[in-house]
Order: sequence, then structure tokens, then C-alpha cells
Amino acid sequence: MDDWLDRLEEIPPREPECDREPPHRYMVKLDVFEGPLDLLLHLIKQEQVSIYDIPIARITEQYLEYLRRMEELDLTIAGEYLVMAATLIYIKSKMLLPRDPMLAPEAEGEEDPRRELVQRLLEYQKYKVAAERLWSKAEREQAVFTRGRLETDEANSEVNATLFDLFRAFQRAMERLKERRELTIAREEITMAEKIAELRALLEREERVDITALFEAARSRRELLILFLAVLELVRIAVIRLVQTERFGRLLALRARALAEIMA
Amino acid sequence: MTIEELKPILEALIFVASEPITEEELVRILPEVDRASLEAALGALRQEYEADGRGLELRRIAGGYRITTRPEYHDYIRRYLKTRPSARLSMAALETLAVIAYKQPITLPEIQEIRGVNSARAVKTLLEKRLIEPKGRKPVVGRPILYGTSREFLIQFGLHDLSELPTIEDLEELGSEGS
Repeated sequence: MDDWLDRLEEIPPREPECDREPPHRYMVKLDVFEGPLDLLLHLIKQEQVSIYDIPIARITEQYLEYLRRMEELDLTIAGEYLVMAATLIYIKSKMLLPRDPMLAPEAEGEEDPRRELVQRLLEYQKYKVAAERLWSKAEREQAVFTRGRLETDEANSEVNATLFDLFRAFQRAMERLKERRELTIAREEITMAEKIAELRALLEREERVDITALFEAARSRRELLILFLAVLELVRIAVIRLVQTERFGRLLALRARALAEIMA
Repeated sequence: MTIEELKPILEALIFVASEPITEEELVRILPEVDRASLEAALGALRQEYEADGRGLELRRIAGGYRITTRPEYHDYIRRYLKTRPSARLSMAALETLAVIAYKQPITLPEIQEIRGVNSARAVKTLLEKRLIEPKGRKPVVGRPILYGTSREFLIQFGLHDLSELPTIEDLEELGSEGS
């Protein structure tokens, strides 16, 4: 966060359109905002206006100026920024409309068109503060060390694998399959039931089965997919459990029964 | 076993554990010790570590106990390890993590609604770093995945549990001070 200063961009002042508004120079760091809400909070803070009473015309003008600036620098403007621009212009136009004279003055049903935006900004602001808190926590933890790793950590560790790990292994195998560019003409007609039976048989013979190796051995997308689904099913019905010997390591399937014996 | 006898045993166990070691694990390892003595010994040990002039501290992290170095000595340790601090999370990832930490379990569209930007990449980064994990699916159209923070999150951010995060009310106050 210390390096944000030297990334500041100075923007030349624009011709003030209205005499009441003092000519201002404002600084925008073009690549720092985490989205339109972040940018809006920045503009509100910079203008020192209340978040509960946003001068929409002024803020909209500055918001659009920022987008123009992004365009000049040939930066791709994310769709979210454009949606927010449209929202701001809509709110601005709504506020310019005269009130419905048929409505009683200060009628209850009449809502401030800014309300929803203010709610979103307030909500977002909370998590921005929370993120800063986490940042300082992480900062402290970066300066903290635990004892060096022991050899036994590597030998014994058996990390519980998550479905995410399974999916990663599957994705990797899919990518490798793409690279192989093998031409398979005959369509294999192996079904999921057969695959499950095959896996079960394998697990009868061996205590642990290397799932990553099975993925790698798959010859077609179809076989790989069926294998993936079969593993998912076996996990679901608790026939096997997936473990890894190290984080992001190879996936191993353990017979749930074998597992129960280990745990006992 | 007296508390004085128990203290060094606990210290040795906490030292040797590669992850924060929980009271449950300690109870399992020391079936001959009753829970009350265990807690008393842990309390006494923590007090000793809090005394000045020590390079180590005994901390409660992720529901367990862990011995770590004190942050003020990191320069010297880095000299020895010859390492630089690892890459930090981006603000986008941290913001996403904050939303997940407070609103868990939460889906990707819900995260994006709060942040106002696409957050798919940030979620992917957090999953890869194991700071968050899938916690099931939301029973709505499309059955989107629900995400929550992991034990690794507590470890990496030095938290004992989620209650150590500032409350949402605190955040509101802090936010209004800033603007």
C-alpha cells in the first residue's frame, strides 16, 4: 500500500462549468479502484461530501470524467463501470424531474432516488474496511515464523482432499488430453455403472488407488468424464475418501473401510 | 501429574506440531490428564510466554495452540532464512475474502452484488490458496456453490476463530469515521 503514491496520475483541471464550483485539480490513480463503488467512494471522500446527501450532478460529472480519462489511456472499461454510469445518469435525471404535484408534499411514498445507491455504498464500505483490517492482520503474520519443517511432516501428512482438488486434477487431465490430439474413432461404450464396478474392483485389490494416475491414463474426454463422475459418486456414497500426501499433490482414493480401520 | 510437570510436556507437544494443536488432540495424547489440569497448565504456560524478553510467543490460532516467533524479530529471521515475504493478496482478493468471511456461506453472484464487480478470479485465487472452500450449494435456480472461509484462513491471518474479526457494527463505525 506504500507504493500507491508514486502511481498517482495528475489530471489537468477541466474548465469549470459552473461559477459556484471552484476550479479543482484532482488526482486519480487510474488502476487502483476495485470497481465503480470503490471509485464512487473515493470521489465522495475527495469532494468531502456526505455519503447520505450525494451531490449527484457533481459526482456524476467526475465519474464520467474518470471514464473518459480511462478511454484516453486506452484502458478497457469494465462493463460494471458503464452500468454504474447509466445508474448515476438515471438518478440525476430523476432528481431533475419536478415532483408530482398530485402527491402530498413530502409524501411518504416518495423515495429519494439516491437511496438504493447509498445503501450499496454503505454496505460496500464496510467490507472495504474489513479488507483493510485483514490486510494488517496478514501483514503481522508475514513477520511471524513457526519452527522449520521436520522430515516427518512430509512423511506423515495426509491432507484431506476437497472436491476442489478433485476438480483441479480432472481439469489438468482434460487439458493434457487436449494437447495429445489423439484421434479416437471408435466410440467407447463404457457406462458409468461399469466404471464404478471397475473402480470398486480396483479398490478390492489395492488399499489405495492413485486417482491422478487414472485421470492421466484416460484415453478420451468421454472416459475421463465418466471416471470423474464415478469418483464423485463413490465419494458421495462414502465408499471412498480422497486424500493427498501433500497439498496440491496426487489424489489418492482410500477405501472407506480401510479408513475406518486406520481411524479405529 | 502436577501442573508444573504438565507444562513442559505441553510446550514440547505444541512446539513439535506442524499445525495448531487443539485441546482435543492434547487430551487424546494425554488420556491420564484431566481436562481441568490441562487447561490450567496451558493457561500458566501462556502467561510465561507473555513475559518480556522472549523471542517466541504461544498463541491461540484456529482453535488450537501454536508457538511462533514474535513479529518484531522478523528482520533477523529473514537474514537467516534468506527469504523475502511471500506475495501478498491483491486488494480484490482481500475484499472478496472479507465479504466471504462476514457473509458466509455466500455465493459468487451475492459477492459480486456487494462488491459491484466481477469477482470470479478473486474467488479462484482464494480457492487455490485454500483460504476459502466450498460449503455446499444454495437451493436456488442454478444451485450456485456456497463459499466459506477455511481453517487455513484462520491460520494465515492468525485468528483463533471468526469472532476475533471486528463486528459488522465496528466496521460501520470505522467506515463512517473514514469518510
